Amino acid sequence: MNLPLKGITVLEFSQYLSGPCAGLRLADMGARVIKIERPEKGDAGRQLAISNLWIGESSLLFHTINRNKESVTADLKNADDLEFIKQLIEKADVITHNFRPGVMEALGLDHNSVQKINPRIIYTEISGYGKKGPWKQKPGQDLLAQVISGLAYSSGNKHDDPIPFGLAMSDYLCGNQAVQGILAALIRRHKTGKGAFLELSLLETLLDFQFEFLTTYFETNQQPQRSEISNGNALLSAPYGIYQTLDGYIAVAMMPLKKLNAIIQYDPLRQFEENESFKKRDEIKSILAQYFAAFTTDVLLQKMQAHDLWIMPVLNWNQLLQSSTYQSLNIEQGFWAEDKEIKTTRCPIRYNRQYFLSDKAAPKLGEHTNAIKRLLVKEGQ
Amino acid sequence: MEDILILDFSQFLSGPSASLRMADMGARVIKIERPVTGDICRELYVSDVVVNGESTIFHAINRNKESYEADLKNADDLNKIKKLVAKADVMMHNFRPGVMERIGLSYEEVKKLNPQIIYACISGYGETGNWKDKPGQDLLLQAVSGITYLSGNRDDDPTPMGVAVADILTGTHLVQGILAAIFARLTSNEGALIEVSMMESLLDFQFEVLTCFYNDGHQLPERSIINNAHAYIAAPYGVYKTAEGYLALAMGNILRLGTLLHCNALKDYTNPADWFNKRDEIKTILQDHLSKKTAYQWLAILEPADIWCAEVFDYDALMKQEGYKILEMEQMIAIGNHSIKTTRCPIRVDGQLLTSTKGAPILGEHSALIDREFNL
Repeated sequence: MNLPLKGITVLEFSQYLSGPCAGLRLADMGARVIKIERPEKGDAGRQLAISNLWIGESSLLFHTINRNKESVTADLKNADDLEFIKQLIEKADVITHNFRPGVMEALGLDHNSVQKINPRIIYTEISGYGKKGPWKQKPGQDLLAQVISGLAYSSGNKHDDPIPFGLAMSDYLCGNQAVQGILAALIRRHKTGKGAFLELSLLETLLDFQFEFLTTYFETNQQPQRSEISNGNALLSAPYGIYQTLDGYIAVAMMPLKKLNAIIQYDPLRQFEENESFKKRDEIKSILAQYFAAFTTDVLLQKMQAHDLWIMPVLNWNQLLQSSTYQSLNIEQGFWAEDKEIKTTRCPIRYNRQYFLSDKAAPKLGEHTNAIKRLLVKEGQ
Repeated sequence: MEDILILDFSQFLSGPSASLRMADMGARVIKIERPVTGDICRELYVSDVVVNGESTIFHAINRNKESYEADLKNADDLNKIKKLVAKADVMMHNFRPGVMERIGLSYEEVKKLNPQIIYACISGYGETGNWKDKPGQDLLLQAVSGITYLSGNRDDDPTPMGVAVADILTGTHLVQGILAAIFARLTSNEGALIEVSMMESLLDFQFEVLTCFYNDGHQLPERSIINNAHAYIAAPYGVYKTAEGYLALAMGNILRLGTLLHCNALKDYTNPADWFNKRDEIKTILQDHLSKKTAYQWLAILEPADIWCAEVFDYDALMKQEGYKILEMEQMIAIGNHSIKTTRCPIRVDGQLLTSTKGAPILGEHSALIDREFNL
């Protein structure tokens, strides 16, 4: 396949997840992504493991986020190293970094300085909370951005404590939005010859993520309330949510109460009018919970799906892996690292009916420093 | 993305959130909607909040777009659409598999009309497999993707993420594919087919933890018994109730926390491996200790020590923060005779905010104009 980003070089000064997951996506779509890492330690993500899984000296987590990239080490406080990096910048198309505000400025690698070296560069900066204001030096960490943004009041039920999303929502989404900005800037550059300065923050990302909630909040001035039980989305009426069955759980999405009751024929549900499905959702949901608890998941699925009611079983990963949908998506791909085959997921985008696949493992720290230096010397001659 | 013309046949949130982003980045987006009802989202009232006859969320998702009304089962209308397709850069839809084929607007057909078009589609579960005809709805995708076992505490029911995360991520990935294809077309002059399913998007969202699962012998995630914020991360990671307000603690050194908080019981956990293995114990100790003072008091100790912590806000509290106000995240959009407040595009370009005051279109608002402009 002709990869769409072939020929594009990205210098990734980013660490952990937000910037690096942007680099991963660009790499999978064909860009050459070179991590610029400090000597000895490198990307701090190399030492951050989950489930204590390691491949060689770096965590499996690091390998997951940084496969399909190259690594160069440079001490940006050392003049020679900095000069080397500036030479690389001259030839690069995109830079990403997620240092706290002020760090790149102190190194002389802020947007203004870099633009003088390479006016066509797409300079991409990810911060936690923007570059001014009282939070600018606050750690740009996922959980902290979540709780500050109000997101922790969207999941769980009304009387629960605030419940954060159990994944790095802001890091992941911010990196993905950075990819959108970078690609749009590359398109513009092709037409105008101009580079771009892109700024994103974890907090703005999460505010955008909650745009439906915030727009509703602005209109009503009322904090959206999670339902008392089976909350699926605080803005939505009954039956929207997850319910326990005799042998598991089902998820029930939006559907008119009349249509639902035409099929399940549950008397206690008859008292509610369609236009009460939001106002009286707690009552309706508790009545439904009683009903669903009396049947197995399979019985409910058969009964309701036959009439195209929007319901699915709640599965864990082992159950998901058995579905033919999961299997037919071919989402898994492997790479070799330290003589072991590691399985991971592929890029989720399909392009002309093909997958973006790569079996290239994450680089060892500084693995490509010498090769890239040699290449620069050669090109300079 | 100026000069890019996008025909958006999609409904609800996944596709429309993608075209919103591209509209904010400069593309011209025309919604193609069926007569009378239009995008089903127009009638999806949430919280019983309605502005100008339509839900607030419809306005939020579809601002900065135009609307063209067409009955794709009517030959005349279809003909007009085909003429429009011939002029477009991008077309996108999120119908269930087979629908566009029956109408005669499959990628193969459309490619004949416009070989350079970028044809982008969203499905729930892909085009093959046992669930291909199931509704591609956010909560249902969350349910089958395993994601509901990541949030909440161990003994809680499966807990869905309370924002339409599958829709928004699928839309985000679709934009990435579309933009990459537009970029490639600048030099190749060739169109492309971009496909993303909500299932693939949610699997990608879980790429870190799924990779762990693939390589640890398929052990399922276990949420901590209390204060869970990430099934795979050690104590203190979580949200804690204090005497007043809630406090979030990200990764941190338990011994140092013990010292700073004057919590002696934490000092027994000298082995960092125990911060994960005994996280329920540690979190219980911490929760008990933190409930003695207010979040504000704890922050006054922890923040100066650069411990990764934050106060937990709801919207009322957030709106009062200087850190929120300086982001200038709000913008007003015009709706009929009045205006409503919504959020702007989160990406800053060349120091500028990408804003737009253009409200969501009335159904078919631009049909006549577009007919004239494109000689339909």
